[in-house]
Amino acid sequence: MRARIRRRYAAERRFKWLGFAAVALSVGFLAFLLVSMASRGLGGFVETRVKLNIDFAASDLFLDPATLKGEGAEAALAAADIEGTVAAAAEKQFGPGGAAIVSEAAWLRVREAIREKPETLAGKTEFWLPSSSAFDTAAKSDGDPPSEAAYAKLNAAGGVSRGFNWSFLGGSDATDPTAVGIWGALKGSLLTMLVTIGLAFPIGVLSAVYLEEYAPRNRWTDLIEVSINNLAAVPSIIFGLLGLAVFLNVMHLPRSASLVGGLTLALMTMPVIVIAGRNAIKSVPPSIRDAALGVGASKVQVVFHHVLPLALPGILTGTIIGMARALGETAPLLMIGMRAFIATPPSGISEPATVLPVQIFLWSDEVSRGFVEKTSAAIIVLLVFLLAMNGLAIYLRNKFERRW
Amino acid sequence: MHPGSAHTVKAFDEDLNQLRGVISEMGGLAEQAIREAMRSLAQRDLEAARRVVEEDARLDALEAEAERQVVQLIALRAPMADDLREAIAALKIAGVVERIGDYAKNIAKRVPALERGGSTEPLSLLPEMARITTEMVHDVLDAFVERDKDKAARVCERDRAVDDFYNSIFRALLTFMMEDPQSITRSTHLLFVAKNLERIGDHATNIAEMVYFAATGDRLTERPRGNDPVASQ
Amino acid sequence: MTQVNPLQTPPAPDHAAGDDLKIRAKGVNVFYGDKQAVKDVSLDIGTEHVTAFIGPSGCGKSTFLRTLNRMNDTIAGARIEGRIELDGEDIYAPAMDVVQLRARVGMVFQKPNPFPKSIYDNVAYGPRIHGLARGKAPLDEIVEKSLRRAGLWDEVKDRLSESGTALSGGQQQRLCIARAIAVDPEVILMDEPASALDPIATAKIEELIHELRGRYAIVIVTHNMQQAARVSQRTAFFHLGELVEYGGTSQIFTNPRVPRTQDYITGRYG
Repeated sequence: MRARIRRRYAAERRFKWLGFAAVALSVGFLAFLLVSMASRGLGGFVETRVKLNIDFAASDLFLDPATLKGEGAEAALAAADIEGTVAAAAEKQFGPGGAAIVSEAAWLRVREAIREKPETLAGKTEFWLPSSSAFDTAAKSDGDPPSEAAYAKLNAAGGVSRGFNWSFLGGSDATDPTAVGIWGALKGSLLTMLVTIGLAFPIGVLSAVYLEEYAPRNRWTDLIEVSINNLAAVPSIIFGLLGLAVFLNVMHLPRSASLVGGLTLALMTMPVIVIAGRNAIKSVPPSIRDAALGVGASKVQVVFHHVLPLALPGILTGTIIGMARALGETAPLLMIGMRAFIATPPSGISEPATVLPVQIFLWSDEVSRGFVEKTSAAIIVLLVFLLAMNGLAIYLRNKFERRW
Repeated sequence: MHPGSAHTVKAFDEDLNQLRGVISEMGGLAEQAIREAMRSLAQRDLEAARRVVEEDARLDALEAEAERQVVQLIALRAPMADDLREAIAALKIAGVVERIGDYAKNIAKRVPALERGGSTEPLSLLPEMARITTEMVHDVLDAFVERDKDKAARVCERDRAVDDFYNSIFRALLTFMMEDPQSITRSTHLLFVAKNLERIGDHATNIAEMVYFAATGDRLTERPRGNDPVASQ
Repeated sequence: MTQVNPLQTPPAPDHAAGDDLKIRAKGVNVFYGDKQAVKDVSLDIGTEHVTAFIGPSGCGKSTFLRTLNRMNDTIAGARIEGRIELDGEDIYAPAMDVVQLRARVGMVFQKPNPFPKSIYDNVAYGPRIHGLARGKAPLDEIVEKSLRRAGLWDEVKDRLSESGTALSGGQQQRLCIARAIAVDPEVILMDEPASALDPIATAKIEELIHELRGRYAIVIVTHNMQQAARVSQRTAFFHLGELVEYGGTSQIFTNPRVPRTQDYITGRYG
């Protein structure tokens, strides 16, 4: 008898430890992912800058400060060869090949400075400009020998500094890794998500309501239920093919637009919301419905005043799951063409755009060393976006959760 | 209504049976008391008469027991319909049987007074009257236990004979007393004995009405009465 | 708050008649698919007396109760034959609006089921959706009146914004009664309203029923025969879907005419 008890305790302990080990393993994987991403990607948020003195007065720049105060400012700025001025100044300061130390997009910063304070054209100014990709990787101790040498030399002279790379968050895709930014893809993701949720949520919830509350129970509704369950499991690339065939080839919607991406992902997310919605509605106890009917509520009032508010937490959970999946989808969006090089953030849902996962995919293909850390940085941004979205949904769910 | 089918809660049936048992026992004691009292009267057996007086205490005790059981039954079992009527009837019947026993005791008490004195008179009617009333008591209590309303109704009919007996004895004794003033004491006692027997018969009829109500829920229609001795004067 | 004294109340007539007649049912049959749950039941219900339905489990009393406010409509496969009239109108006619019917014939269920809203909103929901009050003040009045009639006002008047589900079982059931009263019904149907409650809460519900008597026609389904005896003036005994006997409560419980009724109430059934 005692042996039995001992064996039982031993079995329970074993089981407990197994469970713990499983959790530890899962946490381990997660930690590994986060740590490796962070270690590789955090560098992408750091920008190496070099000090450059530009003597505008002594340069070849033809720019009259007076014109910058009027309407012709933009035209004047565009006409002036600020890029050349910066390159010349770099050559002068750093010696031959010095232009290679400064980023190709550095002149944009100078232009911004001039636009804000036209007085700088009068004399000499010290700028902290972003360095080139090769220099940047050398600064992060991973570059080729000549850049390493140049970096060492400049660093010793105190001409190097580090700062947060705001342009990464504010800019869009570019060929130069130091100029590249994630905002374009982020905005594209946001617009796509908006379209997706704007379509999938109402259609999904209303379908769930109809199927649970109004539809008769017969062979047809059984068939619909089976179909929806299967749809939720269909590989996402097939939705991409569907999007290509219908939205692009038949309906001729603008290619690579958030609208099309949103439509495709909505098709994919809707079954998930319908299934979660049905389960949530099923779990509302019939006593609440009876009580509402007993007081003389119509069917519509019962559903919207009582059933849906109680089912909302479950529906929101399903929506979180669906949206998280949609956010990370790459294959279907590739199929509908959201893979192009988009240099400016989209201004509307019918503009060409790209999304974060696709951007990550494209960057990971790039050859330049600088893109490695940018890719990981983009992954970090994607994870943060995901967390934020989930956090919002969980907050909403808890707000609507009622005790009964 | 049918008495046969059992309650789902068997203990309820046991309680009812126990109550019926108490009532039956009381009936048996009452019958015995009447018989013994009349026998001791006929045989002038003082010892037997004394025993009858003593045994009456047992009847009183049983009445208290019946009352206790009925109150318990109502409180604990919440009887309805025929069960309720039967319980209430049992309570009332216990009281009536106890009074019957008191009448028998009263008869027995007169035995010493009748022992002294002269010869017995032709009172062959008295034993016969006693026999009928004893039978009535026996039958009516059987009817209660069996919930037999017809048996109860028949008991009522026999009371007519008892009343007639009483009237005859009354006239006979009056005549006797007018003829022989010496016998007035004796005759008066005998008159009271006859009266007691007649009252026992009436009580048996009362019990029959209660049994009828318990069984059917309706009242027994006016029972047939013998000539009212007061009215016929 | 006077308790109705059953010994002094004159016995109820066997059938509701004339002005008092509220609901008349004739030849009602209810089928769930192929199974017949209620067989040819005819009875009348009046406002002046509380009517109780008693009978063993599965005898059809709850099913019949639910036909009176068409709650069986929500059950797939339920079919009703026969005629049920509320104030003379056939409630199963196509012209009858079910929503309006259920406002006129309210229902209280076995397990208290307040909405997961505040106490105020629970009671105010009915009047709101039926447009019975325009403005906050009239609505406040209706809520207070209903809670007073349900005997709950003093206990909750300071906490109307608390959730209805935070109350005790007995209070929840009285809240459900207040909710039913708030829409000013003509009939209140109660399906074993006290079976989930402790004896004190049960007594309060029974007292409440006494007070509501006469203002609303009340029909109560109960398993508990003593409760039916205490609370009602007319009792209907159902068995295997049929109406076996229907008459005054004191007559049914002291001298029922049908042997099956007697068997059931004395506990000889089965």
